[in-house]
Amino acid sequence: MSTNKESWGTRVGLILAMAGNAVGLGNFLRFPMQAVQNGGGAFIIPYLVCFLLLGVPLLFVEWATGRYGGQFGHHTTPLTFNRMGNRWFWKYIGVFGIFSNIAIASYYCYIESWTLSYTIHSAIGSFNHLDQHGVAEFFNNYVDISTTTTGIPFEAIVFFVLCLALNVWVLCRGLSGGVEKVAKIGVPLLIVFGVFLAVRGITLKAGSMGAAFDGTVGLNFLWTPDFTSLTNPKVWLAAAGQIFFTLSLGQGSVQCYASYVKHKDDIALNAMSAGWMNEFVEVVLGSAIIIPISIGYFGIDKVVELTRLGGLGLGFRIMPYLFAQWGTLLSAMAGIAFFGLLFFAGITSSLAMGTPVMSFLMDEFNWKRKSSALAFGVAVLVLGLPTVLFFQQGVLDEYDYWAGTVSLVLFATFEMILFSWVFGMKKGWKEITHGADIKIPVVYRYIIKWITPFMLLAVFLGSLVRPANDEWNRISLKGWKLHNESIIGQLKHQGIGPNKSYFSDKFFAERDGQVDSVYVLNGSKYICVTDTAGGIKTPLRYKIMDRDIPAVHCGDFLHTGDVLYTGSVVNRVFYIDLARILLLSVFVVIGVLVYMAFRKRKKSGIC
Amino acid sequence: MQPMNTTALLFMIISEFAITFLTVYFFVKVLRSDKKGEPDSYEEE
Repeated sequence: MSTNKESWGTRVGLILAMAGNAVGLGNFLRFPMQAVQNGGGAFIIPYLVCFLLLGVPLLFVEWATGRYGGQFGHHTTPLTFNRMGNRWFWKYIGVFGIFSNIAIASYYCYIESWTLSYTIHSAIGSFNHLDQHGVAEFFNNYVDISTTTTGIPFEAIVFFVLCLALNVWVLCRGLSGGVEKVAKIGVPLLIVFGVFLAVRGITLKAGSMGAAFDGTVGLNFLWTPDFTSLTNPKVWLAAAGQIFFTLSLGQGSVQCYASYVKHKDDIALNAMSAGWMNEFVEVVLGSAIIIPISIGYFGIDKVVELTRLGGLGLGFRIMPYLFAQWGTLLSAMAGIAFFGLLFFAGITSSLAMGTPVMSFLMDEFNWKRKSSALAFGVAVLVLGLPTVLFFQQGVLDEYDYWAGTVSLVLFATFEMILFSWVFGMKKGWKEITHGADIKIPVVYRYIIKWITPFMLLAVFLGSLVRPANDEWNRISLKGWKLHNESIIGQLKHQGIGPNKSYFSDKFFAERDGQVDSVYVLNGSKYICVTDTAGGIKTPLRYKIMDRDIPAVHCGDFLHTGDVLYTGSVVNRVFYIDLARILLLSVFVVIGVLVYMAFRKRKKSGIC
Repeated sequence: MQPMNTTALLFMIISEFAITFLTVYFFVKVLRSDKKGEPDSYEEE
């Protein structure tokens, strides 16, 4: 008999928790980057279209799937899918609904810990009197566990463990006593912080506080629509991907939260409320902070170039410097507000990732709530430590690609096919509309059956064979060069460059460039190179081991394949494959646990 | 302050107004919706 007696405290609490699940770091860091990289205003139209044709249908399907499974005591997707699909393999597809949460949480909680640390650093004025380079170096030192910014040894690990401990403590208190309480405080607070920063960003004036441009310049860039980009598949792919990420779809967490809703209670209105709340935070607030503020200081061209650093780069390497231009008090307030809202956005999402893992252990193996929460914490710590220790070697990016991107699309595609075609729209529509407090337009019945699955397949296939430089017109039966970030390209390690072997006695320059400097600092050796490939200058810094010997000098011009240094080299590709093996192992282990759980239920006749 | 161009301003106002309206609309609807009979999903209501 399951020990799982969880339930929500209030309906508003459920909606705030579900909104908190959706609202995350991506609302403030990823969305603005996607918008800038995909032509600004051009992005909003496909984004909103994808929300209506992909996001809303998936929300209905995931809420309905969750509530359906909850009737039978299934609070996670493996056994819910088993019941809906009635074939043996559906429960293993459902494994994604647990795997994705652990795998994403393992690096997400690490980034969340950065936001906690940076909130504290903002409060104590760590960024005051640092120039732009100094703030970027602060971040580099923070993620380098051999250095510390506060004097705390292994600071990044300390904050990671602290953040995990906080997550576990909240999860131990259950849904209504823990998760819901955090959502009721965190979601309104992040909205208040977001409004404060959005007003600050929009009202930024050129010439004031070091700003070169008005905040409206960034808004102009973001909102000027370019209708020609609607024919560019790259923009649609990016928009669809952002909708996935922002609504936490294809992860299994929505189904889990919804499984604690009684069958007679509404899900349709709940889903709409939570979904639109996420869109408000993302589009209204998220677009009014980083873009206006960064463009206000750097201008459009520079910010477009800086977005190549990614949202994390802009958020942690640049924003503290910009806030520091506002004077001691305002910069502290802005830093606390910005990193504070990121922290609340992050923790409400990581709690949603923990809940399916706990629910599975409680449902299927009768674990108590505290032991389940602790198990989640330990699993995330063990799986997450490689992202901390090998951050510079790309382990976090690898987890994010496979668990945080590919898995979501794959799982969502399968669940949509299961719901619409296997379970069937007759039963499915009945499930969605049962107990509904709103009338869902009937057109959604046909969108869920025909349009959303097609869009999902298109997104998946597009991601699989994405062409190099996003030149979709080059696709032909004769073949085409794949994008490095296409799924097949990633599997083939395309773009790994000349350092293809796991271990070597030489490290080769990965791009053309020029050596800026070769120096020793605090006992560590560095080679700094300006990468000039593609006509854009990107500074790169290589930290090398004591026993490694630089093979270049300051001022040397480099070509791809030139020897940069010699020694005992462990190449990035080793860490990438290690990350993939770890993720695959986690998937297999969960699959085995699902098999054991299924056998147990079958024996007791409650499958 | 540099004004936004008309197209961008209109686009922004329409999009943000629509999203804000729908967010508030659905949330208020939740607050005002009739409670269904016990046992429901919620401990405290």
